[in-house]
Order: sequence, then C-alpha cells, then structure tokens
Amino acid sequence: MPAEFAFTLNGQATTVRAEPAQSLLEILRDTCGLKATRLGCGLGQCGACTVLVDGEARHACDTSMEAAAGRDVTTLEGLGSRADPHPLQTAFVEEQALQCGFCTTGMLMCGAALLRRNPRPGEQEIRQALDGNLCRCGVHNRIVRAVRKAAGA
Amino acid sequence: MNPPAIPEGLRAHPRLGQWLTVAPDGRIRATPGKVDIGQGISHALRLIVAEELQVAPLRVEMVPPSTRHSPDEAVTSGSLSVQHSGAALRLAAAHLREACRARFAQRLGVPPEAVTLAGGFFRARGERAGYGVLVDASLLDAEVDPSHLAPRAGQASALGALGRSDVAEKVFGEFQYIQDLAPEGMVHGAVFRPRTLQAQVHEAVWSRLLPRLEAIEGVSQVVRDGLLVGVLAESAHALAQAADRVVLAGLWQGEVEVPQPYEIAGWLQSQPLDSVVIEQRQDEAPAAARTFRAEYGRGWLQHASIGLCCALAQWTEGALQVTSHSQGIFNLRRDLALAFGLPVDAVTVSHAEGAGCYGHNGADDVAFDAAWLARHAGGRPVRLQWTRQQEMTNSPLAPAMAVRVEASVDADGRLVAWSQDVWSQGHGTRPGRGATPALLGAWQTAEPAPVPLAVNQPPTTGGGSDRNALPPYAVPRLDVRNHRVLAMPLRVSAMRALGAHVNVLAAESTMDEIALALGRDPLAYRLEHLGHDERARAVLLEAARLAGWEEAGSREPGVGRGLGFARYKNTGAYCAVVAEVEVQQQARVRGLWIAADLGLVVHPDGARNQIEGGAIQAASWTLLEQADLGPGGVRSEDWATYPIHRFTDVPAVEVALVDRPDSPSLGAGECSIGPTAAAIANAIHDALGIRMRVMPFSADNLMREAQRQGA
Repeated sequence: MPAEFAFTLNGQATTVRAEPAQSLLEILRDTCGLKATRLGCGLGQCGACTVLVDGEARHACDTSMEAAAGRDVTTLEGLGSRADPHPLQTAFVEEQALQCGFCTTGMLMCGAALLRRNPRPGEQEIRQALDGNLCRCGVHNRIVRAVRKAAGA
Repeated sequence: MNPPAIPEGLRAHPRLGQWLTVAPDGRIRATPGKVDIGQGISHALRLIVAEELQVAPLRVEMVPPSTRHSPDEAVTSGSLSVQHSGAALRLAAAHLREACRARFAQRLGVPPEAVTLAGGFFRARGERAGYGVLVDASLLDAEVDPSHLAPRAGQASALGALGRSDVAEKVFGEFQYIQDLAPEGMVHGAVFRPRTLQAQVHEAVWSRLLPRLEAIEGVSQVVRDGLLVGVLAESAHALAQAADRVVLAGLWQGEVEVPQPYEIAGWLQSQPLDSVVIEQRQDEAPAAARTFRAEYGRGWLQHASIGLCCALAQWTEGALQVTSHSQGIFNLRRDLALAFGLPVDAVTVSHAEGAGCYGHNGADDVAFDAAWLARHAGGRPVRLQWTRQQEMTNSPLAPAMAVRVEASVDADGRLVAWSQDVWSQGHGTRPGRGATPALLGAWQTAEPAPVPLAVNQPPTTGGGSDRNALPPYAVPRLDVRNHRVLAMPLRVSAMRALGAHVNVLAAESTMDEIALALGRDPLAYRLEHLGHDERARAVLLEAARLAGWEEAGSREPGVGRGLGFARYKNTGAYCAVVAEVEVQQQARVRGLWIAADLGLVVHPDGARNQIEGGAIQAASWTLLEQADLGPGGVRSEDWATYPIHRFTDVPAVEVALVDRPDSPSLGAGECSIGPTAAAIANAIHDALGIRMRVMPFSADNLMREAQRQGA
C-alpha cells in the first residue's frame, strides 16, 4: 500500500507518497524529477545510481523508499552548482574526466563520500573506493586524476 | 594538403544550407548527420566550423540530428565522423566564409583580398559586418564549392585546447540523456521476449500469466503479438513487477546450439562458409627458409554499456515520431517504415544522446519496441527502456573469430610470404540495408520478417571480419582470405574495430614470434619491413621512446613488455602500443604507452581520451571478456556474470599524438583496439614464455596454456 515518507533531500524537508518497496532511485527520478541519478543496472552492481545517504555512498536502485525515510539524501543536484561547485565538479571539468558521462554522477557521488571520510586519499585508496563504479568508455585514469586534484594532491 | 576529396555526404547533399545556417545575430547553426554516442563528436565538428569561420566555438550551435532537418550521413561508425562529416563541414564553412567575404567586398567596392576576418567580423575601409547580416537564403542555397579551402601550411588546430561544453553539463547534472526525457502525457512501456531468435510460447503459461500482469496496479494494457509481450503502465514500478512475473513464468521455449568456449574455432570452421580472396600477391621472392604457423581467436563479446537502451515513440494520425540514440537515424527510419508498412515520409527519427555506444547495440531494436507498443497507447508518447538483463541478452553479440596465419622468412630472415585466413560470422546486421527490417522485434511478431544473416562491408570500405587481415608489412607473396560463417544461432553485429581486434593480434603476435625466433628485436624487425611507410615507422618509434623500449634491460620476474602496431583498416589512423604486464595468478596490464598519427588533429584532448578509452576497453576484452552462451541464449545477463575491468584493473596509460596538420584527419575511436590486444599478448610472452593466442587471456586460459606449452 502506498504511504507517505518524509526525508531530507538536498537539504530540503521532503515528503513523497510511494510504495514502501519502491526504489529511492525511481522516487528521485520520476516523483521528485531529479534526473541526474542514473539507472544502470537496478541490481546494485554498477554504481551509476550512487547518492549520499547520511553522508555515505549508497546505491539508490536497491535502497527502498522505506529504508530512505528519515534519512538525509544528497543527489548530484545537491552536491554543488556552477555558482558554488564541489571541488570534484571543478576537477572533473578541468580534467575532462568523462566520455559519455553516464557513469559520471556515480563517480562524483562516490568520490564525494570518499573525500568526506578521507580528505587526502592516495591513488590506490581512490581506485579501491571507486572499484564498484563501472565505466565502459575507459576514462578511469582521468577520473582518478580529477579526484586527486579535488583532494589537493 | 591534397585537393580535398568530396565526402559522400556532401556529394549527396551539396547545398550549403543543408550543413550550415546563420541566425540574424550571427550565431551559426551546424546540422551534420553524425550523432553523439559518447565520443563527443559534435565538439570536434564545432571546432572545425569555428576554425574555418573564425568565430568563437560557442557561437556555433550543434543541432541534434533528425531525419527532419539533417543530411543523411548514414551510420556514425567506423571512426569516420571527423573524416567524413568533419571534411564536409570544413568545406561548407570555407565556402560560407568566402561567400560572405566576397559579398562584403562587393558592397564596399573593394577586392575580396582587402577584407580581413577576425572574431567573426569582416572588416575593410573602417566598416565591419558579421555573418548574420551578410547571409541570406540565396547564399545558403548555393552548392558547396570545395575550392575555398585554404592550405593549412603546417598549422595545427587553432582551437584544439578548448574542452567539451557538454562535460560541465554532465558534471552539474544538467544534461538530458534520452533516458531523462519525459514528454507530456507519457506512458511507460516494456516489451518482453525470448532470449533466442526463434521460440515457442507456452500458451498454457500465457493464459495464466496474462491476468497476473493485468492485475498489477498501474498496468493499463497488456499486448501480445507472436513472441512479443508488451505492457503499458503509469509507472516504472509497475513495469518492474511485470518483469518479475514474466521472468518467473517461463513463457517461452526455444533452444539453440552454441559451441562451448573451447570448441569455437572448430565450430566456425565447420559451418557453411562464403569464402573470398581479400588480396593475393605473387611477386618474385627468395625461397622460404622457415615457416611460422599459428591460429588465433576470440569468443563472442558483449557491448556492456553502462546505460540501458531506451526510446520514445508516438503515433499521430498514422505518422510515427521516434526519439532514439541510434547510430543511424535514417537507416532506422527506413526499417521502421518497412516494419509498419508506412511510407518513409510518415516516420521521423530524432536523435537524443544515450550512454556510450561501441557498436550496433539495441538502440534500433528498442525504438521498434517503443513504436510497436505505442500503437496501443491511444496517441500518447511511450517511453520504453530495456532492463539490464534485456540489455545484455537482447543486444547483438560481437562475433567470435578464428584467424590462421602462416608466414615464411628467407635465409636472411626477411618476410617472403604471408597468408592469413579469417573465419567469422559477418560483422553487420544493422538496419537500413536489406529488403526486410533488421529490427529484433520485427522478427518476433505473429507475422515475422526473416532474420538476415550477418554480412561484412566490402574490403574497400574497411571490411568486416577481414578488417586489418592484410598485414602492414612489406611481403612479396601474400594470400589473405575471409571465410564468412553462414550460421547465426544468436544475433551478431558490429562492435568497435570489427575484425581488427583479432586480425591485429594474429599479425603482431606472428611478427613478435618471428623476431624472437631469429634473435632480433621486435621493434627493429618491424621497422625493417616498414621501409615503405614513414608514418608507420614514426608511431612505432614514438611509442618505443615513450616506453623506454631500448633501455628496458632486465625486469622483475613475471613482468614483461610487448609491442603492437596497426594502421586501422589499412587506410586510417596509425597506432603503436607498448604494454607492460605482470602475471601472477592472472595477467594484469600495468602500463600502456601509445603513439598515434591521426593526420590533422582537431581536438587533441578528445583524441587522446578516445585512444586511451579504446585501449582500456580492449584490455578488458582481451584479458577478461567472453559471453556465456547456452541453449537458452545469452546467460551472462548482468555485471556479476559479465564482469569488465574496474579501477583496480586499469593500467596507467600515456598517449602521444604525432600531429600532421597537412594530412587529412583520421578517426581516433578504434585505432588502439587491435594494437593493445597484440601488445598484451606479446608482453605475456615476454613475461612467461607462453604464447597466448585465443582471448580472453583469463587466469584459467593462462594456466591451461602454461601446461600445454610446458612453461
């Protein structure tokens, strides 16, 4: 049965009506109209749908709305803006760290979670942290350079 | 530069206004027919137009292609977009510039040579005018005159330092992919089908399944047509529930015979074959003193894009409008018209960007699915997106291949004879080329169109499975043949570099093997046989310089280096790769040093990005990837069953471009694939003394070969 769920979305108190088992990803994209979080597999295997839940990287595709209730959710739309970019966003543009860009949201959100818990990660720590995020265009090295740059390395 | 060849697209659409138009405020609208598939091609095309017109690049608006307003530039494939579309736009822009200069000169009564151009403004006698005021309909109605192109005189791209504007849009979450479009009144759709091309429906299962699908809250309609089941719903959530119920029901029965991984070469060679000679040469040559023979190959590969195939379709009074991330919107339009019995003019296909595309994926098929289902949507637009499992199991596979090389050298070690035989299914089942629609769904309705066998392009346009089957080396006696396999248990089609992945592995492994058998350095041995090709030698030397090939000396145990080279399609970009691998339980590529000659480089950073990305993708194919096939079709249906390289697998990569501003531009996207595969194989040999000839070079296959070769 659909029910009301309250959570914090990009800093705003938000209430949505949803099936408890409905995925956070579908609510973000189709109910809230925030399209930057991407569906890549729906199986929690590729990382394209990564968001921050209470500051930790989580797959929105296998997080139910019930599990997201009461949490603090940040999507790419809430990470930064052109006027006030997150350092990762600046670095990704400078390094031109994408080709098709479909995995980019997940890379940015996973990278942001990494920098929250470890502001000065080394190259291997970055690769480990991003290892669950798949990229098929082969832009991995640019992404690692961008994360290092954002970390001030 | 040589007098420019007129690209095919420009020959077919010679009118200037077909390519470029100008708004009154001077903004340039460019309307090429090539599409963005993740490679950032519209940025390179924009730079070409901006450079010729001498305007700021962001004054050039790149209009997303549509069959409504774009020239038909066929399929965006084969690393030809800068070569073809870029050449057409450059000629069109040069014409536009000189026509405007002449018009301004005429107005002022000065000779055209007296008019200068900078920042988009023509100036003479203290007056100035921009494109917006100089262009009118009659000027754009002219046929493009190719004589306006000025020689570059060694000048590199003037605007190449600028980054892609879509990067910031994607990084700030502003960019709209096709998956993000949600037109007013939209309804969600899903199409379910068997994983084999032919199958039977268990009608008893269907009669139980139908009410269970109709009972899902939010499902508005369930449609059945032959093997296809379509569902329309008001939410993606309802479709996900429908998908679960269909998968569990076991609705279809269909079995195909597919070979096990170890019997692929034998299977290919034992099928009915269409054998053709690609090239033969019988020049005078010394007697052969030694002969080297070996067979190479790979299994079937999967596209495995991160995004899912998606399309939107809407019927309005018998006319069909489709939004698609197809590589060939005109070809798709043609086959949609065939499939639905419509005149071509009744179908519009507009392009919207999807996730990265590396060949003939399911983009065209999902467009059919959306159009087929939209007939039942009462005029509402239907959005249809495949699931991950559908993406992996419905999309065409890249064909398996077997390649046999026999090469002989004379008493001095020079190559005297080379034969190469290629066995593979054709590398193309793209739409737009046959008498019946080449769209998966059109083969599965109650009145199915026939399934066409995969074919190859002719060798003159780069071939298919025979791509790069011709070695680049000087050899007096040559015999190259292609054997097209006339069987297709599961659908195959084009994937990045086509046959070059295996053909270059075969040729470059052979060169390595011969050089080592003769006690020669593999680089020096290649250079000796490339006396006729200075550009080939230059990229080999540049890659070797980057990698420090000469001074390599002794290395840690289990670490090796190898070299690979090819000129893509024998007519395209030159690329040489040095790979360094370390082998423990499995092989890992530590570093790739790549040099490429793309002629005039339009956007160096974009070109390097493409070359590095191609190499990283090729390393994943070569070391790891093989589709898992069974009687029920493709079994590798997600990222757990079809793994690809991850951050901790990916090597460090260095790319150097040998810029040749006076030579025509050559595409960057596919040239590094074959040389990377070969360099990895040769590096594994250097590390272990084991010759890996059949991909993937997985831990299991390495162990088996180590035992077989007694290393």
